Amino acid sequence: MSASLATVSYIGATILFILSLGGLSNPETSRRGNLYGMIGMTIAVVATVFGPRVSLATGLPWIVGAMVVGGAVGLYAARTVKMTQMPELVALMHSLVGLAACLVGFANYIDPAAAMHMVDGRMVPLDHAEKAIHEMEIYVGILIGAITFSGSVIAFGKLSGKISGNPMLLPGRHWLNLAGLLVVIYFGREFLHAGSVADGMTPLIVMTVIALLFGIHMVMAIGGADMPVVVSMLNSYSGWAAAATGFMLNNDLLIVTGALVGSSGAILSYIMCAAMNRHFISVIAGGFGTTSGATPVAGAQPAGEVAPILSAETAELLRESKSVIIVPGYGMAVAQAQHTVYEITKYLREKGVNVRFGIHPVAGRMPGHMNVLLAEAKVPYDIVFEMDELNDDFPQTDVAMVIGANDIVNPGAQDDPNSPIAGMPVLEVWKAKTSIVMKRSMASGYAGVDNPLFYKENNRMLFGDAKKMLDEVLVALKSA
Amino acid sequence: MALKIGVPREVFPGEKRVATVPEVVEKLIKLGFSVAVESGAGDAANCSDDTYRAAGAEVIDGAAKLWATSDIVFKVGVPTTEEVGLLREGGTLIGFIWPAQNPELMQQLAAKKATVLAIDSLPRTLSRAQKMDALTSQAGVAGYRAVIEAANAFGRFFNGQITAAGKVPPAKVFIAGAGVAGLAAIGTAAGLGAIVRANDTRAEVADQVVSLGGEFVKVDYEEEGGGGGGYAKVMSEGFQQAQREMYAKQAKEVDIIITTALIPGKPAPRLITAEMVQSMKPGSVIVDMAAERGGNCELTEPGQSVVKHGVTIVGFTDLTSRLAKQSSTLYATNLYRLAEELCKTKSVKDDGTLDVNMEDEAVRGLTVIKNGEVTWPPPAPKLAAAPPAAKPAAAPVQKKSGGHGKASAPASAGSTAIMFGVAALVFWFIGSGAPEAFLAHFTVFVLACFVGYMVVWNVTPALHTPLMSVTNAISSIIAIGALVQVGPEGWIRWLAVAGIALTSVNMFGGFAVTQRMLEMFRK
Repeated sequence: MSASLATVSYIGATILFILSLGGLSNPETSRRGNLYGMIGMTIAVVATVFGPRVSLATGLPWIVGAMVVGGAVGLYAARTVKMTQMPELVALMHSLVGLAACLVGFANYIDPAAAMHMVDGRMVPLDHAEKAIHEMEIYVGILIGAITFSGSVIAFGKLSGKISGNPMLLPGRHWLNLAGLLVVIYFGREFLHAGSVADGMTPLIVMTVIALLFGIHMVMAIGGADMPVVVSMLNSYSGWAAAATGFMLNNDLLIVTGALVGSSGAILSYIMCAAMNRHFISVIAGGFGTTSGATPVAGAQPAGEVAPILSAETAELLRESKSVIIVPGYGMAVAQAQHTVYEITKYLREKGVNVRFGIHPVAGRMPGHMNVLLAEAKVPYDIVFEMDELNDDFPQTDVAMVIGANDIVNPGAQDDPNSPIAGMPVLEVWKAKTSIVMKRSMASGYAGVDNPLFYKENNRMLFGDAKKMLDEVLVALKSA
Repeated sequence: MALKIGVPREVFPGEKRVATVPEVVEKLIKLGFSVAVESGAGDAANCSDDTYRAAGAEVIDGAAKLWATSDIVFKVGVPTTEEVGLLREGGTLIGFIWPAQNPELMQQLAAKKATVLAIDSLPRTLSRAQKMDALTSQAGVAGYRAVIEAANAFGRFFNGQITAAGKVPPAKVFIAGAGVAGLAAIGTAAGLGAIVRANDTRAEVADQVVSLGGEFVKVDYEEEGGGGGGYAKVMSEGFQQAQREMYAKQAKEVDIIITTALIPGKPAPRLITAEMVQSMKPGSVIVDMAAERGGNCELTEPGQSVVKHGVTIVGFTDLTSRLAKQSSTLYATNLYRLAEELCKTKSVKDDGTLDVNMEDEAVRGLTVIKNGEVTWPPPAPKLAAAPPAAKPAAAPVQKKSGGHGKASAPASAGSTAIMFGVAALVFWFIGSGAPEAFLAHFTVFVLACFVGYMVVWNVTPALHTPLMSVTNAISSIIAIGALVQVGPEGWIRWLAVAGIALTSVNMFGGFAVTQRMLEMFRK
């Protein structure tokens, strides 16, 4: 296959990738979108393997072998992963992209052929400026790759509960980061001035280690509920890592794809931050309340009494209502309650109750987490709504059922300017005739803010494990 | 030893309610009490002795024995002198007492060294006391029943109908006083399909009237009628004049009038005069819920239903007893909640005493006699409910739009200028230093970022997780970088092969899991 043919194949692959992302604008076109992605990837890989830069005789067995092994692992993981574990899987996959970017960077640095380029059909060495740029690309590519790798591994650990979800805040952590950055810049200079590959290796490895530590430190400082931001940010990084590799290899396909993925992740991060009314910087800087310094004022402590409710009474309320909105949160995922939720939904819908779901953008541990869980439980997507779509409907709703969510239904965000989550858009469940909050205990949410919702007159608390309680509600519904 | 709650049969003639019902007996036992019920106590409220037994209560024959063996007595009606005589020395009594109206009763109880919690003395404005508020729960029942009595006496449908036999206009109901009973009546009448109007001297209840499907009729005179504690006060002469005019006008128009106006410690205000009754259409109905306190209507005869000037005037004073099962259940729950408050700090089982915590505002208000010492009236509440005018000045926090797929608010001119400035600087820096080949790639990169930006904004938030997994799969394009390096020997090859294997995980796994997820999204 000639170089030109490979290039046009790449253009085709690029277009297919863009169509693939475009297809996700709607659940109906999304499957086709995914198919476009697969076709694009196949074209890109085939065009590369049979292209001018891979020698089939020596390379093919290795390539096929590596792909079979990797592919088998990937397919196995994709088959067996539970939908509640999606955030972990995604984080793990980000780490692989980061690691691959590092490996490719190192290989490229070692490869003498990479310091040449094709001019009029002959390989000639790069001139000075080109070489500097090329090495800078390697350096940056490895830097981003390493941060993505270690950050994602930590994110995976936090999401899967292997590492505590609490933010770990080292003293003077911002200074540590700054010092790390300065060291990285210094070694970058050293690296560019290195005479030979062996000389350049030391700064490169030092930088890699610092980047790895930085990635770990960055994600360790971020708490559980900010995970949607972290996951989408790492998604973005994995894209930039791919783009940096593309610069390094002079490959436009990688640059375009990396940029697509990178901007996609960046937009998701932005959406998640907007949904929490927080600045991206303050999320990344880590810790809640430590940056704003706003501790809840003692006088703002909500007064009143929480009214508990039993599962049988909940069933009663649900049965007698005409319109129900269910607001799921991370607690539903933890308890694996989505199937029971759907059973209840199905039962109520058969009885003519208008059941809808209200999803807050940051509910769960990654963007769209709740939607996937509900889809897994076969909840039809046309009754699942975004916060903005049904926030105005709560006053006409009989029962709003909150399952394992807290901060995203906190009225303090709207009424109390001193609240640490003031200004965060929230689902206005308290405007429903009755709201039922299912929670394991009275503990406050991630933000550490007491929730005045619990003390509202029209609110009832159903204490207990979400799955167990919902099972009881379902039994009570069916028995009557 | 568990404390024993005794529930005697109510002795007041016509009283059909009972202070606890079998469903609540179970809950009381769970709290650690034992429960005894006088035989036949619940008969009038459809709670037979057997159902009490089934719930775990002991059934005792004869009031004397029950009173003698009970540590705590739950009652509905104000206790009679004989009943006080039966109360154990140092016992506890919970029920309606009305200490202001019954000073003698208070003395008798004090002489018994009793502890008395008067459910009618509950500080009602305390929001956490509402679950114990028996006045509210009973008034709600009475309001409901008042409408039912009216419907019974009224010769027509409540709701308008268009039938083959002709059109039936809806009944027009006017409700005087929108307290708990009034609001319950509004809701019930509106539920039956009538056109409901209501009036109250407290203007702030207008919203509540409307929310229940009624129409608030204003008196054409400016005066605020809130008298503290959620009750009304006596109004000025000018206001009363305007109010009478309004009532006279309503009397001519409506079919049914339900009056609920009461002022604490005073006879019920006379709202409906004999002339107004005369002006009403024949067949109209007046239900006077204030009959016991003299009635809002001049012609009311307490306890009776009479027809005067062709208008049926219902003056029943036992509306709650006419719905005995319902009112008993609600009352029992109120007392259960109170019992819960009384064993909040210590378990009844372990200690065997009640915790009458005089520091607790709700319990303090309820307790009119403690161990023989009269503690009524309570000191002024520590925290008066804020008057409605003095709303907290806290500016509501501005809501931010969630912002998916919607244009976010345009950035301020200043920050836009700064962004453009920074971008220009970066571009200048790159342009002055970088070689041509790099710039070609850079062009592609910048444009791709914008394409990505445009495309991803259109992604529906429901598909954000599939979006992440598909971008994950796509970012395995980095495999190409590894593929082109497989050729040479040694380190490079191993690095490249490892890179291929890692990215293949993503490539296959990412697309497969996305496919799996998308399969699940269905209508």
